[in-house]
Amino acid sequence: MSAMIAEHDLSGYVGTRTIRPDGVDKVTGRARFGADFNLPGQLIGRVLRSPHPHARIISIDTSQAEALPGVKAVVTRDDFGDQPSEFIPAGEMMMNYRDVVRNVMAREKALYEGHPVAAVAATSAAIARRALKLIEVQYEVLPHVIDVVEAMRPEAPLLHEDLYTAGVEPKPDKASNIAKRVEITLGDIDAGFKKADVIVEREFKTQPVHQGYIEPHAALASVSEDGSAELWCTTQGHFIVRAHCARLLGMDIARLRVTASEIGGGFGGKTVVYLEPLALALSRKAKRPVKMVMTREEVFKSSGPTSGAVVQVKLGATKDGRFTAAFAELKYQAGAFQGSPVQPGVMCAYAPYDIENVKVIGYDVVSNRPKVAAYRAPGAPISEFAVESVVDELAKKLNIDPIDLRMQNAAHEGTKAAYGPKFGPIGMEETLNAIKKTEHWNAPLRKWQGRGVASGFWFNIGGETCASLTVNEDGTVSLMAGTPDIGGLRASLAMVAADELGIPYDKVRPIIGDTGSLGFTFLTGGSRSAFSGSMAVVEAAKQIKTELCARAAKLWDTKPDQVEFEAGHVRHKDDAAAKFKPMSIADFAKMAGKTGGPIGGYGRINAQGAGPSLGTHLVDLEVDPETGRVTILRYTAAQDAGRAIHPSYVEGQYQGGAAQGIGWALNEEYVYGADGKLQNAGFLDYRMPVASDLPMIDTIVVEVPNPRHPYGVRGVGETPIVPPLAAVANAMESATGIRFTELPMSPPKVLKALKERGLNKV
Amino acid sequence: MAKHHITATVNGDDVEFLCETEETLLDVLRDTLHLTGSKEGCGSGDCGACSVTLDGRLVCSCLVLGCEIGGRRIETIESMAKGDTLHPLQQKFLEHAALQCGICTPGFLVASKALLERKAAPTETEVRYWLAGNLCRCTGYDKIVSAVLDAAAEMRKG
Amino acid sequence: MARVVLVGNLAQLTGGVAEFDLPATSVKHLFQQLSELHPPLGPHLEEGVAVAIDGQIYQDALLEPIGPNGEVFILPQIAGGATARTMGGSTAG
Repeated sequence: MSAMIAEHDLSGYVGTRTIRPDGVDKVTGRARFGADFNLPGQLIGRVLRSPHPHARIISIDTSQAEALPGVKAVVTRDDFGDQPSEFIPAGEMMMNYRDVVRNVMAREKALYEGHPVAAVAATSAAIARRALKLIEVQYEVLPHVIDVVEAMRPEAPLLHEDLYTAGVEPKPDKASNIAKRVEITLGDIDAGFKKADVIVEREFKTQPVHQGYIEPHAALASVSEDGSAELWCTTQGHFIVRAHCARLLGMDIARLRVTASEIGGGFGGKTVVYLEPLALALSRKAKRPVKMVMTREEVFKSSGPTSGAVVQVKLGATKDGRFTAAFAELKYQAGAFQGSPVQPGVMCAYAPYDIENVKVIGYDVVSNRPKVAAYRAPGAPISEFAVESVVDELAKKLNIDPIDLRMQNAAHEGTKAAYGPKFGPIGMEETLNAIKKTEHWNAPLRKWQGRGVASGFWFNIGGETCASLTVNEDGTVSLMAGTPDIGGLRASLAMVAADELGIPYDKVRPIIGDTGSLGFTFLTGGSRSAFSGSMAVVEAAKQIKTELCARAAKLWDTKPDQVEFEAGHVRHKDDAAAKFKPMSIADFAKMAGKTGGPIGGYGRINAQGAGPSLGTHLVDLEVDPETGRVTILRYTAAQDAGRAIHPSYVEGQYQGGAAQGIGWALNEEYVYGADGKLQNAGFLDYRMPVASDLPMIDTIVVEVPNPRHPYGVRGVGETPIVPPLAAVANAMESATGIRFTELPMSPPKVLKALKERGLNKV
Repeated sequence: MAKHHITATVNGDDVEFLCETEETLLDVLRDTLHLTGSKEGCGSGDCGACSVTLDGRLVCSCLVLGCEIGGRRIETIESMAKGDTLHPLQQKFLEHAALQCGICTPGFLVASKALLERKAAPTETEVRYWLAGNLCRCTGYDKIVSAVLDAAAEMRKG
Repeated sequence: MARVVLVGNLAQLTGGVAEFDLPATSVKHLFQQLSELHPPLGPHLEEGVAVAIDGQIYQDALLEPIGPNGEVFILPQIAGGATARTMGGSTAG
């Protein structure tokens, strides 16, 4: 336990279940999401998208569309300047502006079905749709490739003539669909495998899955005659949207003011731009506001899912269960442009374990599918699914309890991670123990029922974050944060501010500021918003406390070191005669003008010290041998939160991530025809879990404080999606005796596997 | 093609509007009547974010045409609270943290209210199957179901 | 002297040398010294790496000090913190 944590009064709001301050508007329909904004005189924008998965764009003739009455602007590749190659961080992945401009609007080629080719703005949606039909595009259709292994073959259709595999020596002289090869190595795996008594080697396959946010992308742009602009959009990072749009449209950053609407889900998929640059470009041409909203079909066809992958794992252990060598090879699909999350996938694969000899190789491969975007712990669910499945298989071969096997090899404080540095305190062992102690772990099972356990790791990030606290004349406090609130952040930040300043929770009103109101704040992602946001709030509060002490010292004619801030008041330290009545924040607020001006603090930080979050999940399921349907019977998720600011929202992250992981394991996948076109671009056939698919999801919030955060907080949002894939696969093995290595384990696949073994009878 | 002239009752108020044949009730509610509480998540009746009641019956407003509601009674999320008093469902959703991003919340509240009007003491299974037409991607449904069961209990008391 | 290890593909830019002992007192200082020894490494250090100093991970922390016996790993960036200053900028009048 760190002294830093003991400094903070633990009897305040932090750790309690307050009502979120933005809640009433959300339960009454008042809260405004991306498509809920309108401006007088606005035009409706719509996008023409490539019907071909791979084609050269020979020409685009928009003259007839432009002539249609009601059409006020049309944009194509000609309206966007080309961008030189430059990598920038975007959430937990890197992207390249040369690719960004091409993904927003196709240039030389259409690289996936759904790739934007042109956009129009018209006085009604009906006219805009008619205008799209009048745009004539000459395509030279090219052969396409959508499978990752196929795309890696030297004779595969080439997406980018100038893409040469990075990370291989000597530098290749032939272009390829393999954008990058990455590798991490620790020790000597050949020697390690020689020491092993048992080795398990398996290949796994996963399909692309979409983040599945219920709210489609939406943006409303209004560009003025002098080139300045306002943009409302649903996004996880409005400062990032501003940066991308300013770059693509050639604007000064200060001239573009972006307001983040309430956001109806993101999970990483709203960390990039799609409609925003188009809406701005159209508005700039039309000199009127332009509103654009994606249909659900467009969301599936044109916004990034996560990678599908092929993963090979080889793990060796001694007969008493000590891992001696760990190998994995990951081939991840990036979609049309490079940038799959293979790097974090490589780094996380064996991160929960303390293994001397590790080698993990990864390939980033392009293919004719929509460009991949981040999805909750990007890359990690895939690689850890494979590893955790193999760990389970090893446990059975060694006849060791699967929790005990993980415990024996668990990473802990001081363990050297395969990707280099030593871990600080982490909760791997604690979450394993928490699961082992549950009644769930020992509950009886019947025929066709199975139980599976798996662990998961995610790094979490910090980053540039701004938050301001302003004391109003009546002593209430306005809190402004720069990270969009996607799941209850405002409640947590208000609780921290209330505790730091010693004032009631309902006297703090939090809002998310627009880009004109705060310094650059990195997007909400990487499980960073509560972690970094609370640090910025603590910094802002510190500034206020220092300021109030300085003012009190002057008022009391004493030195600043004779006064202190405690429990919401400034007191004189040495006041035996009780001459100086302690002053509250409200007292100072009343006389703020007379004592120097408005009181406030502005935290501007680059938060470091994000601690990894480890989790272990346990699932019981039942297989119907006649239909292949799998029913989740029981689920327990244990995860380390460091310190839970608002336990309900921490639990909510565990439950939501588990549900997404269950969907990924059992039903969700992109179904493509041989023609490279998506067949299930809707919620009916892209089958996400519904309420009747799931039981209650029990949660155990473990707290191994992060010594680098003032309250011990760790990010929690992403780790929960990592364990479920293997937990479910392990439970399937327990129920059927079959090791499924391909996701999703949907009813047709399960039934086929059962039939092959003559098991499809009750 | 001439627009349709429709009069109906929405949240207890008489309304009058013009709409194209292809406009859905959801389009009319959001774009013409400016009631943006009902959301479009899919436009094909699969996600339930647009749930409203039509003459007391729970429907997806994206599957109803604006020109079909002449003379009929629509209730949306905006009519659930009475003055300053939240409906017990709304209150329980807040207490149970049954919402994270909140986009599906209006749909769930309208659907849950429709359930509790028919069945005062549903079981957990009945709640889950009734709400199977409402998608939530954030919560995993656990706290939503708890909130609905708790609200049902509360409403049975009062 | 700080003990510095390059993780992942970075060693390919140094002809395979992955470990160094360097008298660097800050991250900025370290990047300067590494770039002087192996110029191809320079742009990659600018572009975005994460640095672990004695087990603590830092991203975009040029001014972070390195102690006299510090153990430093240079890793691919897990992102977070943005090189936003290079992102925008007007290219048109």
